[in-house]
Amino acid sequence: MKVRARDPKQVWQLWKEEFEAAPARDDGLETSTISGIPLQPLYTSSDLAEREEELPGQFPYTRGIHPSGYRGRLWTMRQFSGFATAEETNRRYKYLLANGQTGLSVAFDMPTLMGQDSDAPTSRGEIGHCGVAIDSLADMETLFEGIPLGNITTSMTINSPAAILLCMYIAVAEKQGVPAAQLGGTLQNDILKEFIAQKEFIFPPAPSMRLVVDSIEYCAREVPKWNTISISGYHIREAGSTAAQELAFTLADGMAYVDACIERGMRIDDFASRLSFFFDAHIDFFEEIAKFRAARRIWARWMRDRYGAQDERSWKLRFHTQTAGVSLTAQQPELNIARTAIEALAAVLGGTQSLHTNAMDEVLALPTDRAARLALRTQQLLAYETGVANTIDPLGGSYFIEALTDEMERQAEAYFKRIEELGGVIPAIEASFFQKEIADAAFRYQQELEQKRRVVVGVNDFTVGEEEHIEILRIDPKLESQQVARVREVRANRDQARCSNALVRLRKAAAGTDNLMPYILEAVRAYATEGEIMNTMVEVFGLYTERAVI
Amino acid sequence: MPANTAVRPVRIVLAKVGLDGHDRGVKVVARALRDAGYEVIYTGLRQTPEMVVDAALQEDAQVIGLSIHSGAHMTLFPAVVQELKRRKATDIVVFGGGIIPDDDIAALKQKGVAELFTPGTPLQGIVDWLRKRFPQGAA
Amino acid sequence: MVEKRDPSVRALGEALTDRAKAYVVGFTGAPGTGKSTLVDALVTLLRKLDRSVAVIATDPNSSFTGGAILGDRIRMQRHALDPKVFIRSMGARGHLGGLSLAARETIRLLGAFGFDPVIIETVGVGQSELEVAAVSNTTVVVLTPNLGDGVQMIKAGILEIADVFVVNKADLEGHHRAVTELRSMLSLSNIPGSPKVWKPPIIATSAARQEGIEELWAAVEAHRKYLTSTGRAERLAADRLKEETAEVAAEIARERVRQALVEDPALTERLLEKGTPYATAEEILDRTR
Repeated sequence: MKVRARDPKQVWQLWKEEFEAAPARDDGLETSTISGIPLQPLYTSSDLAEREEELPGQFPYTRGIHPSGYRGRLWTMRQFSGFATAEETNRRYKYLLANGQTGLSVAFDMPTLMGQDSDAPTSRGEIGHCGVAIDSLADMETLFEGIPLGNITTSMTINSPAAILLCMYIAVAEKQGVPAAQLGGTLQNDILKEFIAQKEFIFPPAPSMRLVVDSIEYCAREVPKWNTISISGYHIREAGSTAAQELAFTLADGMAYVDACIERGMRIDDFASRLSFFFDAHIDFFEEIAKFRAARRIWARWMRDRYGAQDERSWKLRFHTQTAGVSLTAQQPELNIARTAIEALAAVLGGTQSLHTNAMDEVLALPTDRAARLALRTQQLLAYETGVANTIDPLGGSYFIEALTDEMERQAEAYFKRIEELGGVIPAIEASFFQKEIADAAFRYQQELEQKRRVVVGVNDFTVGEEEHIEILRIDPKLESQQVARVREVRANRDQARCSNALVRLRKAAAGTDNLMPYILEAVRAYATEGEIMNTMVEVFGLYTERAVI
Repeated sequence: MPANTAVRPVRIVLAKVGLDGHDRGVKVVARALRDAGYEVIYTGLRQTPEMVVDAALQEDAQVIGLSIHSGAHMTLFPAVVQELKRRKATDIVVFGGGIIPDDDIAALKQKGVAELFTPGTPLQGIVDWLRKRFPQGAA
Repeated sequence: MVEKRDPSVRALGEALTDRAKAYVVGFTGAPGTGKSTLVDALVTLLRKLDRSVAVIATDPNSSFTGGAILGDRIRMQRHALDPKVFIRSMGARGHLGGLSLAARETIRLLGAFGFDPVIIETVGVGQSELEVAAVSNTTVVVLTPNLGDGVQMIKAGILEIADVFVVNKADLEGHHRAVTELRSMLSLSNIPGSPKVWKPPIIATSAARQEGIEELWAAVEAHRKYLTSTGRAERLAADRLKEETAEVAAEIARERVRQALVEDPALTERLLEKGTPYATAEEILDRTR
């Protein structure tokens, strides 16, 4: 240093002059975050907002919801998996549990996600591809055969037909002799983000919301340890949103569910602590950490100050994280191991409660056993080798991280205002507000790639001529006909009278205002198929088609 | 590059076949093709092969672009080609995009899909391919 | 030549034409008024009446490159695979001579193939609503209860082209007020001496709930009867045929001039030197082909 200056402004000025005098890289790359937030080359104490000391386990939980962070308990390593038939997936689950995984996470195939049976004409070619095919309670029994549901927690990624799959899980537990009150796990059950981003909607928004509230209300009474909803930013982000949009739209969805439950007459503290969240961990390291921290702070404030929740547990935003599927590349797929490790680290430094790390081949197809194990090992390496779990919120107090956390919060609040001006989340969906914002962001990013203002290694730079052929998992096409035969067999061999009675009662209830969960549970117990139960409700609720906004 | 106004723009039906709702890619492609001077008719989600071909015929499209992310491409892409044959409209060119492994690409081309674009394809690559295929605009 | 379409197709269209075979109903209105949903609801009604319906969905919001994204089919998904519903999307700038010329040809063909009525739909921005009115027998202007769009409409001169008004989204608050406001606006706009004997009715609809659609169709039918009984239908058809001929001629001329300027460098050079567009144009058009 040339002078020993004391005045902070003067020192800063000196740095600035030296910075500007130094030659800058001329690679033409963006210096903003991947979401387009402009970044300073340096952050200092002057970028910190005035605020009281924040501590983990204390409102507003910016630094974490547990006073002991990962010192008390590590995050749950929860690898999302499921493919082909229930038998095959059951084998994979046993393999993962034997390898040290601590919770299950079920991926369903497209027909199951869209509420249709394997023998529906539009299920052709889709069975068992993106996850496991579940048509009825019989498949669910096979899926968890030999896995005691009282001892594990299970996450189920399903939305429009979520209530049906939850009932199937409860019914399997009944058969195992495990009471519903003992069951732990998470149901994604987040229909709003389906309308916004993932588009796996079936009913129009109003009856869809009714089903969500029905399940929340029912679980508050009967399955109190169950996380009734996993309010998801993951799909919003994967659809191309920015980090701030992911944050804002997800929390806005969360508030919409809270509003709906309150409207039903529930007390906020009776259900708010069972709401959970699900975020993406994208490749822009610091931006992601800031996003997670901001999410906790915003949620705590809104729950306490706007909704008047009294119970501290209602203020705490708990979340699951998955590393970003969209960041993976088919080119030089081994690079995905490195990407996933960095994203997973961001999730951990952001204080996630549970984590899924993507397998390197997931961009090509379903992961092979080997790739799935590598992904899990990446988490174990983070937890047990690197030492990052030893200190709580290790980046707290970083000028940069704190400033970025504040910026995230500011952008989210600005979005809340716009959503409110549009009349709330559902009117904003109907006006295609979210869809347009996301499509714009996705297009902007794609253009940045095309103009090489951003680099994706192996894709638009550092490419290799000949890509190595990697082994991928294939779904045996025979499984399709087996699954079709299976659902037909279930239909042929059940107690028909009991089944059709259950469906008639469900239709009546759907036309009224009763909570539909007990009716769905009864239909499930009677081995009504998922498609039959959905179609019964479609007769009453109708189907939704969206206005396409490009 | 503005398209020559004396030439009728090539019309492209873009469709999401299969049950998945991942429309990020197809929407980005739609914008890029529009900006390259093409008329894009977007049919939305969950189109069956019959619906796609019907739309292409009604819209007098020269090209069908299919997008899928659910893994059902080996069933649905050839089904579109078959349906075109059945409706005697084999002059309509079919291309596809999505998560499609290399081996499947070869098999699909053999079954009559003209070209396949996988994640990471630059948008310009799709535009260049179309320009080569339709140098004079619509026939 | 006009559309670079196979001339035999046009010949076919003209041969099959039994002059204005299809009745053409135009729909226009500001973005977000629910036109597509309304048209979809009307198609549903017409199918119940066992009519074959064609819909031409136009989108004038094409990019400067001539490209366009046309997404209106999605709104009419429930009619997919119904052979008696034909949906055709059109990007206005992709066609020579703007929308109306291309639309007329398409309408003629659709009519020849037995589609009746033909519904043509456009977003009411720029000139497109005037172009739609120019090809329609009955023009329906769609508004919503928040009559903010009312002011827009007057500015665009759209009130003058309306044969039927629809206040859509009648389930929203304030639609009574909207209807009243519109009524008073209409009485003001009735300029003395204007030959407007037909008083455009105002229909309240809720397309999403399929309400008011039968009333809307009745209004269209009433307007159709009015046109026929007063002899206006025939006059209109004759005027339009003449107008279309002039437009086609203009297009042919335009194309000939463009071609000549490409193929005759000497001529182009003279033009650039002297700066005489009129003389050059006449020279080209005077050449025998």
